[in-house]
Amino acid sequence: MTSVALLGQILDHANRADPYPLYAELRRTPVVRDESGPYLVSTYWEIHSLLRDPRVSSDIRNLAPEAKTGPGTEDPDLPPSFIRLDPPDHDRLRRLIMRTYGPPHSPRRVYGLHGEISGIVSGLIDRFQGRGQIDLVDDFSYPFPVTVICRLLGVPQEDEQRFHGWADTVATAIEPPVGTPEEQEAHWRSIREAHHQLAGYLSGLIEQRRRAPREDMISALATDRGADENPMSLPEMLSNLTLLLIAGHETTVNLITNGMLTLLRHPDTLKQLRTDPDLVIPLVEELLRFEPPVQLLPERTTLDDIEIAGTTIPQGASLWLVPASGNRDPQRFPEPDRFIPDRPDNQHFGFGSGIHNCIGSPLARLEAQTALAELVRRLDNPRLVEDPPPYRHNAALRGPQHLPIAFDGLSR
Amino acid sequence: MAVDGSLERLRREGRIVVVGASLAGLRAAETLREEGFTGTLTMIGDEPYEPYDRPPLSKQVLLGRVPADHTALPRRRAIEAQWRLGVAATGLDLSAKRVALADGTSVEYDRLLIATGVRSRPWPNELEAGLDGVFVLRTRDDATRLRHRLKAGPSRVLVIGAGFTGSEIASVCRERDLPVTVAERGPTPLSGALGSVIGDVAAQLHHQHGVDLRCGVMVTGLEGDGAGRLRRAHFSDGGTVDAEVAVVALGATRNTEWLAGSGLAAGPRGIACDAGCRAFDVRGIVADDVFVAGDVARSPHPLFGYQFLSLEHWGNAVAQAAVAAHNMICRGEERRPHLWTPYFWSAQFGVNIKSVGVPNMADQIIVSQGSLGEHRFTAAYGYQGRVIAAVTFDQAKWLEFHQRQIEQAAPFPPPFTTVDRRAEGMRPVPAGFPDPSVPTHGPQVTVSGHSPTDQRVTFTPA
Ligand SMILES: Cc1cc2nc3c(=O)[nH]c(=O)nc-3n(C[C@H](O)[C@H](O)[C@H](O)COP(=O)(O)OP(=O)(O)OC[C@H]3O[C@@H](n4cnc5c(N)ncnc54)[C@H](O)[C@@H]3O)c2cc1C
Repeated sequence: MTSVALLGQILDHANRADPYPLYAELRRTPVVRDESGPYLVSTYWEIHSLLRDPRVSSDIRNLAPEAKTGPGTEDPDLPPSFIRLDPPDHDRLRRLIMRTYGPPHSPRRVYGLHGEISGIVSGLIDRFQGRGQIDLVDDFSYPFPVTVICRLLGVPQEDEQRFHGWADTVATAIEPPVGTPEEQEAHWRSIREAHHQLAGYLSGLIEQRRRAPREDMISALATDRGADENPMSLPEMLSNLTLLLIAGHETTVNLITNGMLTLLRHPDTLKQLRTDPDLVIPLVEELLRFEPPVQLLPERTTLDDIEIAGTTIPQGASLWLVPASGNRDPQRFPEPDRFIPDRPDNQHFGFGSGIHNCIGSPLARLEAQTALAELVRRLDNPRLVEDPPPYRHNAALRGPQHLPIAFDGLSR
Repeated sequence: MAVDGSLERLRREGRIVVVGASLAGLRAAETLREEGFTGTLTMIGDEPYEPYDRPPLSKQVLLGRVPADHTALPRRRAIEAQWRLGVAATGLDLSAKRVALADGTSVEYDRLLIATGVRSRPWPNELEAGLDGVFVLRTRDDATRLRHRLKAGPSRVLVIGAGFTGSEIASVCRERDLPVTVAERGPTPLSGALGSVIGDVAAQLHHQHGVDLRCGVMVTGLEGDGAGRLRRAHFSDGGTVDAEVAVVALGATRNTEWLAGSGLAAGPRGIACDAGCRAFDVRGIVADDVFVAGDVARSPHPLFGYQFLSLEHWGNAVAQAAVAAHNMICRGEERRPHLWTPYFWSAQFGVNIKSVGVPNMADQIIVSQGSLGEHRFTAAYGYQGRVIAAVTFDQAKWLEFHQRQIEQAAPFPPPFTTVDRRAEGMRPVPAGFPDPSVPTHGPQVTVSGHSPTDQRVTFTPA
């Protein structure tokens, strides 16, 4: 098997605005080893099958140390969060979270936020009043999901400001390090510091809610007896709550920003959405296929040799799946490079697939649907100021750093 | 080309008749229209209702969450059919291409699809079966009646047979807080479908949820009071139990009696057909214009030694209907085989059970992930060194992997390392199926005659 040098180009910020030609090149060989080490899998059916293959591990402790992509977003003093574990530990934690978050035990948790989400969206858009231009990221996409997560978890409104600060800092650990060694060290120090403050804050909140539970998720987690299994320990709660916070933060931002960018590049679709707001439901699915916030899934390991598409990935290999490439695989999606807002049979990898399938998907869908429909309804004659916009560094969680949008006025 | 011309005419103005207006029948009709059939489509069903879904009947409907008349199957498209509901097909004349109906009329066809499914096997003693309080569960009406009775809060329910349906009913009773006794002839619940290793887990679920489970016994008699109401059941071990309601869940019989004398290879095990869903006649020759789909079909599966399989699986009915419909209106070389890998699900005692492949062909089983004791696991079934089936309890997300393994005839026991492999899953054990050499059905077809010219196939419904 030949190895390729595509990963370097994919990670290269110069290609961030349009990585899709690189993915197309990658797909010519469904499974390849990159010269930098990891095995890259880029075609739909192969990704689909590896995401369901019990020989593939997500446990961070199985990963060769040199295969780690960075110091990571997790607090080293806490146990791994459930996405970095395999069954049975993963399953137990995921079940415990789902008991408080989704059906059958808590079927109304996300749906119940409907009204609040609309209110937050309207409130943020109202603040555009009197302006001719906004930065969608700073003015909308960024503040929006954190506010929602705070409401979901039960972070009191008066603490939201502090909470935003820690969350922002912790989330920057996702970005690759930049600057001099001293600057990088300072960067990590600030992240560790934010982790500790966040953990301290959350412990206090958990303790409070344990004594006086409310209708929120932290109360539910803190008081859950776990049915027939061990309830979450405090350290487990801290690492998993931090994960929920980061995951709910870094991905929805990109989903909404990519969404507006795509709509502004497809003015006919934008017009269509204005007259038919229900189009937003399939449209968000197509967005998740066409411009998924999570482009790469690195940091998986093979527990055994796996033969796939004529190639054997050896045991212990570092495996990188490229769902954003699978989403554009012509073997699976007709005309994959076209944005078709009502595309039928759209089983994309926008939320991953298999046992680690994103638990936040119902919330993310609701947030993106509400936000995009409302932005499109209220902004008069919106247009891109810059195309492509500047992108953030991260290649795995890809999205614009800023998205300046000009508009003529605001509808009620 | 003459052949193509007539096929074109069939697609444009032909007459297609579907007997059995339920899941397979409806999905086939939809496929026919989708693939461009514009002729006359007649749907014949002996139930008075438009096609509805059965799996909820033993789950949400009995629980009282969904009314029985809210189970209509969603329509995927308009089918513009002539509906003949509430009237059974009573006979088939293959040479005249005509279906006789119970109201004395008949319908002619160019192509016929048979999707008459199965019905519950009734309690064998007719007098006892007629007692007030004795039920079966197959149809919407059955479900309505049983639900009504469960709602009244009977002092005890007896479920006869702990297969999937019986176990689901027992689970519903416990969820409704009704005392329930389950009588099962085999060593454990589900042992016929999944073997006794998994059956033991099922038994634990019954016990954990407070079911009075009695295995290794048969119900020998049902006793009524003076008013003809069920009062008591007698068991083969001499025991008795007092119950006001008994649900007979002893499996199903194929609805093929109406085909008696038609010349089709139709009997108690279903209607034999080829992999393209074309029915066989009793000589083993395909009847070109007659197709079969769903629970009533029995078709050879190349993956399982070309064995004829009859499956009572929802997904199979859907997939087979689509293949049958496609093959009914296309040219020979465009026909598709029904290569469905059997797949089944059930929900009981809060556990989501799924299986893929043909477990009861297996001789061995291994717990490939998770643990039987935790009631959360994936187990693979082996037959002569290859993977033939898998079952999951609350671990459905691994099933697709096992399906590929089955389809690729992968070795058994699975030699590789996986996540969540436990010590108990390192060595295969016998799967614990009843001895397959003991026949459960009589012979159906015999061959007689000495010289090739006078050899004959004789068909004897068992
Ligand atoms: C209570 C219950 C629970 C189930 N749960 C599950 C489950 O969890 N998972 C799963 O995979 N499967 C389940 N099944 C099985 C699934 O419902 C069947 O596989 C499916 O219904 C088969 O569809 P069919 O169209 O082949 O047959 P059927 O649904 O049986 O339809 C056949 C129809 O033909 C009619 N008919 C029969 N004879 C004649 C005649 N002579 N003339 C006219 N009409 C006739 C019948 O009355 C019936 O309406 C369940 C079934 C039941 C009864």
